[in-house]
Amino acid sequence: MLAFIARRLVFGFATVLGVLLVLFVLFFAVTDPDQVARRAVGERASPETYEAWKRNHGYDKPLLINRTHGAATLARYTDTLLVEHYRRMLSFDFGRSDADDAPIWQRIKEGIGPSLSLTVPLFLLGLVVGIALSLFVAFFRETYIDRSVLVLCMLGMSIASLIYIIGGQYLIGKLLRWFPISGFDPNPAVILRFLAIPVLVGVLAEFGGTVRLYRTVFLEEANRDYVRTARAKGAGEVRVMVAHVLRNALLPILTNVVLAIPFLFIGSILFESFFGIPGLGALTVEAINGNDFSTLRTMVYIGALLFIAGQILTDISYSMADPRVRLGQGVQS
Amino acid sequence: MSWIGNLVAVALVLGALLLWRRARRSRLWREALTALRRRRPIALTVVGVFVLIALMDTVAWTGGGGAEGVAASKPRSVLDRIFSPETFREKSYSAPFARTEFIGGAALTFPRRHPLGTDLLGDDVLYKTLKGVKVALLIGGLTCLVLIPLALLFGVSSGYFGGRIDDVVFFVMSTLASIPNLLLLIALIMALGKGTLQVCFALGITGWVGLSRITRAETLKLRELEYVQAARALGVSNLKILSQHILPNLAHLVIITFALLFTGLVLSETILSYLGIGLDGSWGRMIDQARNELSRDPIIWWNIAAASTALFVLVLCVNLIADALRDILDPRTLNERK
Repeated sequence: MLAFIARRLVFGFATVLGVLLVLFVLFFAVTDPDQVARRAVGERASPETYEAWKRNHGYDKPLLINRTHGAATLARYTDTLLVEHYRRMLSFDFGRSDADDAPIWQRIKEGIGPSLSLTVPLFLLGLVVGIALSLFVAFFRETYIDRSVLVLCMLGMSIASLIYIIGGQYLIGKLLRWFPISGFDPNPAVILRFLAIPVLVGVLAEFGGTVRLYRTVFLEEANRDYVRTARAKGAGEVRVMVAHVLRNALLPILTNVVLAIPFLFIGSILFESFFGIPGLGALTVEAINGNDFSTLRTMVYIGALLFIAGQILTDISYSMADPRVRLGQGVQS
Repeated sequence: MSWIGNLVAVALVLGALLLWRRARRSRLWREALTALRRRRPIALTVVGVFVLIALMDTVAWTGGGGAEGVAASKPRSVLDRIFSPETFREKSYSAPFARTEFIGGAALTFPRRHPLGTDLLGDDVLYKTLKGVKVALLIGGLTCLVLIPLALLFGVSSGYFGGRIDDVVFFVMSTLASIPNLLLLIALIMALGKGTLQVCFALGITGWVGLSRITRAETLKLRELEYVQAARALGVSNLKILSQHILPNLAHLVIITFALLFTGLVLSETILSYLGIGLDGSWGRMIDQARNELSRDPIIWWNIAAASTALFVLVLCVNLIADALRDILDPRTLNERK
């Protein structure tokens, strides 16, 4: 068991290093740090401000080999952007934004709250609605109810999320005037009013795909032998579906869903910027519009870090439940 | 530069015909095609019309057609010649089939001739929507041109050879898979720059892992089958085994994944357009530009309606075809079928 955890942790760490390499290639090798600096300080800034900006934002070293040091010294290879990038990221020293010099770590801490207050209700409601509706559909499988819900799912899946958001804002916010179109207030008394449209729209936008997926899981489970046994023993259809099929189908569904939890922290890029929620998704959009490479880099890194951590935790809890995982035979799902 | 577009159009048509002839020769594919035509006649027709429109927008030549000045020296596609956008335009917004401008009410140059109205700059919305067809197909097609070879190369080689290669590929895949998709996409486009090729390349890099996993797992299975072992025992080279025995048996997976990926790609381009890193002239761009007009009163709805309807119809039809294809081609769903 310990060996498995150790192996998993080492592999996870290696993946983090790989992600950092991807980021280095994208943000230091492909995008020229000199250009980033030039754009940030402006064309007419003095060479001193230019150099100072580069030093402050950690862009002042050569990429791979520092030729100012002697050929034999180690510093020739460690005093470089590559090493500096790894050192900063691994020690969570994210520095300042390329666009407005605000400390990035501070921004992220401020953004997590609003992000979670949107994504957690969206996630939970989506899960409950998805499971309830797909169980309902599975109950009426091969009937007109089933067929029509499937057609609805197909239609729903074919609409762009942008259209859902614009339509939801227009219909609920502008025509019906039930809730404010956008904005955010962390005060618990009014927060629900601001979250209503994004959560509703988000659940609606996702239900097509989830219901189709969960329905397949439920139907697969409904064809198992133990279900036939339960029927043979005289259990009613409701009892079969709820007590037997739902209970056993929840496991594959939940394991699928657990992997989505890390992403709740980085928020929703589309929803947050549309509905004016000052979370991490909105921060990312701001970074894109402001050519703020350091913030973008940090967001990608944090997203990957959360995902890798979530995966390690899932794998470890799996291996506790099922020794086959631990022994490397894998479980075919 | 128009000859490149023409060449691509001709190559596409010839390639499609060749594939068609190949497919007719094998019983499996012939039956699959017949089943697909029987199950999804409308969706296939609609997609065919979309492809035709895109081809009409690709085939271009210079001169003729009453264009003057700069426009005469630029190659114009069939679609441009039908609409002649340089002259067939108004000054600002006008509603579908309107006689007057939407704001102000000045008389139009072409009253009742714009079936979908005109946009802020007075361009005909129908023309712009039809122009978007090519962009949408380009997003799906060009991206898959990057994605499928990449996925096959990595998936098949790691599944077939195993060992070190498998370890390296597995590491690369888990590294890319651990970065949230949209964030990786944004990072790639920000680093590579905006533009059709860059966006398609970024979409390809982000998307290949899924297909690669599928092909790797399938190759692992195929590798152990008797006919592959027999081929190996007879001394057939690895390259020949791969091309003769492994790749043809992955074709159905690739086709299904292509159809499923296509809709995802076209839809995700709208998000990129909203973020300002999408493609010029795409439906996503049209929707993004039109979204602020909804807050006006009375609202200007025809722009957004045209773009989103076109997007919806294309994605729905490809989704339907993908669904049918999966039923027809994937043996795992055989027992689910009635």
